[in-house]
Amino acid sequence: MPQTGATASTHRNGHEPAAPIDPVAPSRASLAGRAWRELTGIVGRRIPRADLDERDPDFIREQLPLFWLVSSLWFRGEVRGLGNIPDDGPVLLVGNHSGGNMIPDTMVFTVAFSTYFGVERAFYQLAHNLVLSIPGLSWLRKFGTVAASPSNARKALASGAALLVYPGGDYEVHRPSWEGNRVDFGGRKGFLRLALEQDVPIVPVVAIGGQETALFLTRGERLARLLALDRILRLKVLPISISLPWIVNIGDFGHIPLPAKITIETLPAIDLRAEFGPDPDVDDVYDHLIRLMQDALDALAAERRFPVIG
Amino acid sequence: MRITADRIVAAPIEDVWSIVTDPERVLTYMSGVTRWEVAGDVRTGLGARYRILFRVGAAEVGGLVEVVEFESPYDFAWTSVTGLDHRGRWRLREAPGGRTRVEFRLAYVVEGAGLSGWVAERVAAPTISGHVRQTLRQLERLVAHEQQRARAARRRAAAR
Repeated sequence: MPQTGATASTHRNGHEPAAPIDPVAPSRASLAGRAWRELTGIVGRRIPRADLDERDPDFIREQLPLFWLVSSLWFRGEVRGLGNIPDDGPVLLVGNHSGGNMIPDTMVFTVAFSTYFGVERAFYQLAHNLVLSIPGLSWLRKFGTVAASPSNARKALASGAALLVYPGGDYEVHRPSWEGNRVDFGGRKGFLRLALEQDVPIVPVVAIGGQETALFLTRGERLARLLALDRILRLKVLPISISLPWIVNIGDFGHIPLPAKITIETLPAIDLRAEFGPDPDVDDVYDHLIRLMQDALDALAAERRFPVIG
Repeated sequence: MRITADRIVAAPIEDVWSIVTDPERVLTYMSGVTRWEVAGDVRTGLGARYRILFRVGAAEVGGLVEVVEFESPYDFAWTSVTGLDHRGRWRLREAPGGRTRVEFRLAYVVEGAGLSGWVAERVAAPTISGHVRQTLRQLERLVAHEQQRARAARRRAAAR
């Protein structure tokens, strides 16, 4: 399989640049311009390079009891259908993302996956650059979390690992609570091209409950644009929510999630070429996948009697 | 932590032994178990390996286990190779009246996780204890049912 793009853009730390960073009028070496370059440089340097070897099975094994406790007692987690994931070989797990920056559903799923298949099975998760550059979260890398970029994803799948992606990313995770039961990838389809290129099956992972861990009000897209966060930090959102202990939480640099019940359903694996022919149309597959996941989410929502309580 | 429960079952020891050592039948009586698959070429006996999972809390825990004791028809024990560190044991002894005293033990330890491991062991204990007791109740029912069927078959054979 030719690794297109891997050679075309070797960034400072081995993966593709987040987005074309657009310096403010380079001709004018103004103070503002220098400050701008400095700022994007600091953020860029903090993004760790993807070294798949940083994943540490023994570390995961030692942390599992703590995460199992949180997952079982606080979120009353329930993960179904893990048997739908092929027992070995590379697989792309595609989830809907909920719960703001505290990502409770990711934790519940990661615990369940790691105990089900054992910590010996290589399992990586793609995360926003910013998550990985926050000091104090470096342990996430030992858990197999790597910065979200096409080349990192390619590397993980080529190594034969299971890879969890949330195409909706920061856009979906900060959707208002009243849209909690909607799958919304914001039209992002890169993951499908990746699955086709690497010829790996896709397993949809549908989660409910995350958006009830706080009252999410708005993504704050306009605010983010106004503050130029999209260009500095690759952040398209500056979410505003009502959550503990801040009450009004702007930006969501952590909060205490409410103990909402998290239910996750793993759907049967999809072999894209077997179902859509040798050269599938990405838009068709995208629509099909969204429909499939939305149906599953609707079924999970129908099971729920109360918000938070479940 | 070690969880133990025992029960007197109204069946000869060999009959109980053949049930608890048969990997295909585990799912029919063992409570909380979601997977018990033969891994490798040896189906039963010393050295047989199984891939097992138990539902405990928000996760299914288990892993690869290997049979380390196979003293027919008295002792059957396995120990974990990967996954959660644990040992399991069936201890069968003859009881008066052609019955069998069945003891089921699960011992597990959460190692290297410090305080959270200590807490997790204790939080999981009631669930696992419930599974152990339920397993024995279901085994007793299964054995009684089989005995009844065997008696009925003998009666039919004698009447013919």
